[in-house]
Amino acid sequence: MSVGYPILSTLIWLPIIAGLIVLFAGRNNPNFAKWFSFGAAVLTFILSLPLYFAFDMTTADMQFVERMDWIPQYNIQYFLGVDGLSMPLVLLTTFTQILVIASAWSVIKTRVEQYMGAFMIMQGIMIGVFTALDSILFYVFWEALLIPMFIVIGIWGGPNRVYATMKFFLYTFLGSVFMFIAFLYMYFQIGSFSILDFHAMPLGITAQILIFLAFLVAFAVKIPMFPVHTWLPDAHVEAPTAGSVVLAAIMLKMGGYGFVRFSLPITPDASATLDWLIILLSLIAIVYIGFIALIQRDMKKLVAYSSIAHMGFVTLGMFLVYSIVAKTGDTQGAALGMEGAMVQMISHGFISGAMFLAIGVLYDRMHTRDISAYGGVVNTMPWFAFFAVLFAMANAGLPGTSGFVGEFMVILSAFKANVWFGILAATTLIVGAAYTLWMIKRVVFGKVANDNVAQLQDLNRREFAIMATLAFVIVLLGVWPNPLLEVMHASVDNLLIQATTSKL
Amino acid sequence: MEQHLHTILTIILLAPLFGAAVAGLFGRQVGRVGAQSVTIGSVAISTVLSVYVFYLYIFQGADPYNASLYTWMVSDGIRFEIGFLIDKLSATMMLVVTFVSLMVHIYTIGYMDHDEDYPHDNPYYQRFFSYLSLFTFSMLSLVMANNFLQLFFGWEAVGLVSYLLIGFYMKRESAITANLKAFLVNRVGDFGFILGIAMVFVYFNTMDYQEFFDRLAEHEHTMVQFIPGVEWSVITVMVILLFIGAMGKSAQMPLHVWLPESMEGPTPISALIHAATMVTAGIFMVARLSPAYEMSEAALQFILIVGALTAFMMGLLGIIQNDIKRVVAYSTLSQLGYMTAALGASAYAASMFHVLTHAFFKALLFLAAGSVIIAMHHIQDIRQMGGLRKHMPITYFALLIGSLALIGFPGFAGFFSKDSILLAVGESDIAGSGFAYALLLMGVFVTAFYSFRMFFLVFHGQESEYVRTHTIHESPKVVTVPLILLAIPSVLLGLFMVESILDGSYFSDSIFVLAQNDVLARVHDQYFDSVVGFILHGFMSVPVWLALAGVALAWFFYLKRPDIPAKIAASLPRAKGMLENAYGFDRFNDIVFTKGSIKLGHYLWKSIDTKVIDTGMVNGTVKHIANLATMSRESQTGYMYHYAFVMIFGLLGLLIWALW
Repeated sequence: MSVGYPILSTLIWLPIIAGLIVLFAGRNNPNFAKWFSFGAAVLTFILSLPLYFAFDMTTADMQFVERMDWIPQYNIQYFLGVDGLSMPLVLLTTFTQILVIASAWSVIKTRVEQYMGAFMIMQGIMIGVFTALDSILFYVFWEALLIPMFIVIGIWGGPNRVYATMKFFLYTFLGSVFMFIAFLYMYFQIGSFSILDFHAMPLGITAQILIFLAFLVAFAVKIPMFPVHTWLPDAHVEAPTAGSVVLAAIMLKMGGYGFVRFSLPITPDASATLDWLIILLSLIAIVYIGFIALIQRDMKKLVAYSSIAHMGFVTLGMFLVYSIVAKTGDTQGAALGMEGAMVQMISHGFISGAMFLAIGVLYDRMHTRDISAYGGVVNTMPWFAFFAVLFAMANAGLPGTSGFVGEFMVILSAFKANVWFGILAATTLIVGAAYTLWMIKRVVFGKVANDNVAQLQDLNRREFAIMATLAFVIVLLGVWPNPLLEVMHASVDNLLIQATTSKL
Repeated sequence: MEQHLHTILTIILLAPLFGAAVAGLFGRQVGRVGAQSVTIGSVAISTVLSVYVFYLYIFQGADPYNASLYTWMVSDGIRFEIGFLIDKLSATMMLVVTFVSLMVHIYTIGYMDHDEDYPHDNPYYQRFFSYLSLFTFSMLSLVMANNFLQLFFGWEAVGLVSYLLIGFYMKRESAITANLKAFLVNRVGDFGFILGIAMVFVYFNTMDYQEFFDRLAEHEHTMVQFIPGVEWSVITVMVILLFIGAMGKSAQMPLHVWLPESMEGPTPISALIHAATMVTAGIFMVARLSPAYEMSEAALQFILIVGALTAFMMGLLGIIQNDIKRVVAYSTLSQLGYMTAALGASAYAASMFHVLTHAFFKALLFLAAGSVIIAMHHIQDIRQMGGLRKHMPITYFALLIGSLALIGFPGFAGFFSKDSILLAVGESDIAGSGFAYALLLMGVFVTAFYSFRMFFLVFHGQESEYVRTHTIHESPKVVTVPLILLAIPSVLLGLFMVESILDGSYFSDSIFVLAQNDVLARVHDQYFDSVVGFILHGFMSVPVWLALAGVALAWFFYLKRPDIPAKIAASLPRAKGMLENAYGFDRFNDIVFTKGSIKLGHYLWKSIDTKVIDTGMVNGTVKHIANLATMSRESQTGYMYHYAFVMIFGLLGLLIWALW
């Protein structure tokens, strides 16, 4: 598949180069920094569209492949490509980027060029993570992402940012080191760093289990899964709005992506042996984290915990296949869970992004995220209230919004795997609605709580455009998810075959 | 023809959505008149076309129409569709939904004209019309569905609109508490509902109703184990889980707690959503899935008992309410219990019959109550009313007709439907039917008593202080005309329908009943010769005498000897306390679920997330690493020390694993 230009390299390097230009040329010229970044983000998004429209849905093979030697002595290659699992994530990244740049427009007043530059560079790196097919290249992108994020939180973050950044950095860094060791081990076995070669290589059960655990540490931290999740609420609380959006909408997905790109195909037997662990941790995330979200006083913390609970559906959906095969003898029903997990990742990207942007809108005006500082916002900000309620309903998984699709699919599949998985997962219907709508009740509804709320201005045009775009996508995916699912079928079927074919 | 029908159905479904979008998103631009015109216009189109569809199916006997509108998604080889299943059952519901909705739309012009909660330039008025139409769309998508996905979609969408409308007066703490409660209690029901749908998926591999029905026989004897060693029938578990959803939506005990508080919403909403249509969604769902429910006697027993208990116990609470809307609300709960009990007795047609008559007379009662509320300048306490009869004659007759229909006075619509239910439950021979029958009979007396207690207190007796000192006048035409239009079916509907309901020809194939469960056929054979004969028989049967006794007692207590009720209340403090606390459901829920969840959340957060994970593991680890790092730095250059360190750790781990 080709579209006349090396599309994946373009999507990686265009934002990075644009970011560097902004960084150096934008000093003392914040307007240039903003408009140039915005233009680059829009251009990147437009250039990414052929990924969808020229995508071949009939194959699970890698598409838009680019491959050349990078460090030949170690057989390390510059090897890019996407399939139905990664392509939607790339589009999610390019789409979100436009909103991320727009959201910071009049909010960030210090070192604008550095801020914009950091986010542009981050975008290129994230696309690199989702498209790299050489494990060293992947690892470089994976680790490189920490630097701009570290800087964004560290410079534009809240009062407790040093603690949060250290926690964030140590956690994710510690996790990925194990992944790196796993890559090295496999390289010494077959002399290649290609992820596709890893998929095909035979591995003994002990090696598989060790590699699986190494991956698990790396990905569980990123997603994040219980009990390595506590860095996320701290990072969110300290991060500026756009940082939170990128963190929640895209960076968390890298963990989920890791499971489908590495764990399941490379270590299928270990995955089959240890699937109970993932399922257990996922169900803990869904149930236990829901109750913790309920009592949060800080809006961002609440949404951060809710993200963890929602990501529980992602990991749950991905590892249902083994229970289903054990129970029924075939994989019928497992694809629903796997595709549900993928949909949940995309949907959560939009919804959590929308929630953090909405909180950002309030924070820009009131400089507090404390729920008790608000009340009756609807009286002064009716349009904001409209979007906030819509996003909240999406967060609570209301049918007709994208939030429903993935949860619905995973619940059905989980019930097939084991009735209790289904029952525990379905509790989110109650708990998820409780924490989200209770927050809405206290923040949005009611009488005007105080003078600060009384002086709030409703959304300006820029904010309205951002919110409306997200609302449109969330509802569109809710009433018609098929276009998103179509592109996944071949890759998911292939993944399920890989995941259920023993390597022993 | 098919294409033609498909287009009509699509317009019926989407016209209200269009109206809602225009009024909701462009409320300021189109203004009040624009919003009301476009929503009323679009609902009118749906109504007219629904009349046509109704005519096609009920009078022309058209074949069921089962088709897809579009494919929502395909996954795992299963098609999730949005589509239509139109037969006599759904055609009837479509007409009820659109007609009552249209009446409520018109009535709203008068009711919402002025509002103390909002300044006149606030687009609350347009927003209200938008919600009304959005509700109509959601309810239509529920009743027109041909699959479980769309059923759930409509199910949750009506829940959303209900949430928005109960909380319409969003500055009032009571309103925004009530709507949160309504949503969450419904979500408890939906928790069961979605698990029921999951069972449909697991065992039937489809979401489509027709395919589901076709495969039911395959699973007649399939068993499932939730708890190891305990086997349950798949069908029984599945239909009970689905029924739990119905218990939420149709407010059956113990998930009824949200409905009385839903009265915080404006009165037109109470009429449309919380009396006539949405709350009957659960009843409709069970009737729609009758082939599945017929296969499980255990589930039917459960439904019968839940319904009968709700009918009696909630009726009893109606006696002590003083808010005019709450009286009607508890009567709705009680009547929903009757419908549910009828489902349990396999008298689905009688239950749907009561849904229809109830939709009209209860909408009438609510709108008449709303008319009283308008006249009383938004006072809702019936103790402050009295002697309103001569001030508002149309409302008086409207409320009288509604009340007579409600208590089942022979000849009125409610008589036929309620008597069918009573006779059917009496005829039923599944376990528990005798108990249920006794509860339902007592309920008849209670219903008559609380209905006429309210009626006498509002319209008869002495004028209260407030009535004497304020000018009270009849409501405007936009209010009274819908009252009159609703009063007509409240009187006449039963006369026309009762025969075809009892002989099974009305719903024919759209409802399935096993021959041995077909109580309505037995009722038809034993009690029905002609409509007049049925009425005459009614006058000679126990329920009607119980109803009349209830009216007489209400007259005696509240007009003749108003001192007696207080004395009775004083002599039975415990009974009074129990009723005033509504059997303590709210207190229980508050302590166990609301406060309990919050306590649990605090406990988990403080003790596990903060103490064990953060303080213990994370910060502890950081501290240890820092210490070790200092140590290792002394022996190394310090460059990339943590890499090295972690690698050592990793190797150690590998060694331990390999040796162990």
